[in-house]
Amino acid sequence: MKKSISFKLNGKPISVDVTGGEFLITVIRTNLDQTGTKYGCGIGDCGACTILIDKEPVRSCMIFVEDVAGKEIITIEGLVTNGFLHPIQKAFVAHDALQCGFCTSGMIMNAYGLLLQNPELTREEIISGMDENLCRCGSYNRIIDAIQTAATEMNEKM
Amino acid sequence: MESDKITQLYFSDVNMPITYDRRKFLKKLGFGIIIVFSIGKLSLLQGWGQNDNEEIADFNAFLRVKEDGRVDCYTGKVEMGQGIITSLAQAIAEELEVPISSVDMIMGDTDLCPYDAGTWGSLTTRFTDPVLRAAAAEAREILIDLAAEQLGVPDTMLEVVDGVVFVKNELSKKITYAELTKGKKIVQSLKKKPEIKKSKDFEIVGKPIISIDAEAKVTGKAKYSADIKLPNMVYATMVRPNVYGSKKILVDSSGLSVFEGAELLEEGDLVAVVHADPEIANKAAKKVKVTWEEPAAKADNETIFQYLDDHIQESKVFEEGGSLDKGRASSMKIFEANYYDGYKAHAPIETHSATCYFKEGVLIMWVSSQTPFGTREELSKALDMPLEKVHIKQIFIGGGFGGKVYNQQAVEAAKIAKLCGKPVQLVWSRSEEFMYDRFRPAALIKTASGVDNNGKLTLWEFDIYCAGTRGTKLFYNIPNNRTRMFNKDDIHPLGTGAWRAPGNNTTTFARESHIDATAHAVGIDALEFRLNNLKNENMIATLKLAAETFGWDSEKAKGHGYGIALGEDAGTSVAIIAEVYVDKNTGEVEPIRVVCAQDMGQVVNLHGAKLQAEGGITMGLGYALYEEIVFDGGMVKSRRFNSYEITRFSKTPKIECVFIDKMDSKPQGGGEPAIICVGGAIANAVFDACGARVNRMPITPNRILEVLKKG
Repeated sequence: MKKSISFKLNGKPISVDVTGGEFLITVIRTNLDQTGTKYGCGIGDCGACTILIDKEPVRSCMIFVEDVAGKEIITIEGLVTNGFLHPIQKAFVAHDALQCGFCTSGMIMNAYGLLLQNPELTREEIISGMDENLCRCGSYNRIIDAIQTAATEMNEKM
Repeated sequence: MESDKITQLYFSDVNMPITYDRRKFLKKLGFGIIIVFSIGKLSLLQGWGQNDNEEIADFNAFLRVKEDGRVDCYTGKVEMGQGIITSLAQAIAEELEVPISSVDMIMGDTDLCPYDAGTWGSLTTRFTDPVLRAAAAEAREILIDLAAEQLGVPDTMLEVVDGVVFVKNELSKKITYAELTKGKKIVQSLKKKPEIKKSKDFEIVGKPIISIDAEAKVTGKAKYSADIKLPNMVYATMVRPNVYGSKKILVDSSGLSVFEGAELLEEGDLVAVVHADPEIANKAAKKVKVTWEEPAAKADNETIFQYLDDHIQESKVFEEGGSLDKGRASSMKIFEANYYDGYKAHAPIETHSATCYFKEGVLIMWVSSQTPFGTREELSKALDMPLEKVHIKQIFIGGGFGGKVYNQQAVEAAKIAKLCGKPVQLVWSRSEEFMYDRFRPAALIKTASGVDNNGKLTLWEFDIYCAGTRGTKLFYNIPNNRTRMFNKDDIHPLGTGAWRAPGNNTTTFARESHIDATAHAVGIDALEFRLNNLKNENMIATLKLAAETFGWDSEKAKGHGYGIALGEDAGTSVAIIAEVYVDKNTGEVEPIRVVCAQDMGQVVNLHGAKLQAEGGITMGLGYALYEEIVFDGGMVKSRRFNSYEITRFSKTPKIECVFIDKMDSKPQGGGEPAIICVGGAIANAVFDACGARVNRMPITPNRILEVLKKG
């Protein structure tokens, strides 16, 4: 028996028909065709599938779709506004804080969630907040620099 | 393919074209100026842009200046994070005098791009870049000739800025590349070495250019193999054994009946379930019970080294000089030690994936492969189809590091698509990724060194078991030496293959640890000892640059240690100096700082070169300190990131990369070299910090504490 689950995705109200027990990552990627969110491990170890649920960074491979009913989800596709990159995206480009790009969406979404919770993160807080997100190409130092740059820009705008 | 065979490929048939009629393709191409050439012959044999009488049918790279003035570059190389989508475009833009934004890179599409043996071995910048530059220079010459004709002036009077040809001192007289190519079709094979720019004239090469694919990657728009969705596509989940190398005996699929629409597919040892919903395919596959015949366990992660030692007798001498007897006799002291390294996984964040379908007898596939043409061949053989009936499409790759040279998932996906008659997507789970990875092999190295009264090395014996000889040609001046390679087919209980700079990581760790131990034993400073024994001027200059940048003589904080390692890879000399802090109570190592100096010839993209070196160092800290596959026979126990630890944010030190200024030299490899020195530099820094000489990687807290306990 299919049931309908409604939530907001990148600002738009969405309803999906599911059997229940599907992981959110599958629904986002397969049902809703938002493939910017990546599968890296499926068990919450790597962070490539990180998205925001009600502004909290969450691993979309670790949460069932029915648990997001009525909530607000933001994925990497939701960060560009009116054709402009979000300050975190801009800073990732400026610092070239990526190589293969496969962990990048998760990195950016996790960083966004951290900055929403605390816009004035120290370098140490960035490191501890990002530590569960893995990058095999080795862009960690550049990612930290990018997050600091983005934080400055976001704070100036506020 | 075994890693040693790949090494052979570096020197024999990299990029050699498969005979394949491309005339048809050229006919299909629209207007423009097309320069065709064979990278294999041009680059590998003659080094830098000479050509013989190549037939157009044999070309394997080309460049096209289109009617709109934009430039298409077609190359069989792929982009997997190493940045060549930017650096190659940069070289073309430089020679053609166009903005980098007007260069489009078409990469790794087997129908559109020229044959390429694979993206590995840090070959692109060394061998593809020079030839692309020559082709771009040739295209520029043709365009200038056309312009001279149209503007009615000799070509010496012309200059090009941003794709517009001007008459010098008369800037109103001009014509654009777009106007020049309009309605024309000129196909020319690169025959001679055109004049290419010298570094003093560079406007784009050598500049730090931000990756041109960065924006696609930060917005989630960049497409990878698992991001393709086809109409009526089904998702496949493989049913796997627990032990590598198992053979299928019996399949019980009775559990499938509760999953409506789930389909079981079998061919040989392949067992898979497909469903239109990936989660149902997953759940259903778990209900399929297969009886497997498991191979007998040869060894586990602790016994493997003794196993290799016991079972490999045959060796080949790789390098030899002087007389070992003489060396032993003239040595004041002789030191012997064995070094060990366990199996390492590639562990890219993107697991092996493929999406494919059949259309009118042609197999079309998007696949996370470092070798699109090799994958095409593999598919053609596995499915018994002609080569031209397999088409691999261009796609981004989420990290390769050598692991995506092997593409079992491509064959699995294609077979499943054929069996079920529908488009198929197969994405390996992380657990499958670990199980079916082709690991960097476990290896053992036996060394002996001797030193005379003047602190000069007089003896060097280096017996390498399973790590290959890449990078082991001696750059130290040791008159009496012998390097041997011990290997045996099918010796490993797990799949093995090329891992970013393959065995050079292991042998560099062994050599540089042993050099350090030798220096320490005779009471000479590690830097001085090396400078005193090096023969290669490039290496001496590189080491000095690293030592100055690092501040080798600077005072160390309590519990901190410094360590040096030197190595050669892909034509590049590398010197790394690391600083670590070791907690003597827990054995925990904290990497504090790494300085890396490289002589990589001309640095095409300073920024890209830094990214690659930083990335290699960050990744390398993993193999040095944390990474080791735990296994028992073919049973891989490290199957997720919490049991196979890689470098994290909190473990990443400050990294500084510097380069020898050699802008007029040939560019050398950049993707791999830096990583090879990380193990040795960390081992030596750990010793300097706490006195523990750990001869086995990874250098874990337990191994440090064990050595400290022994005293």
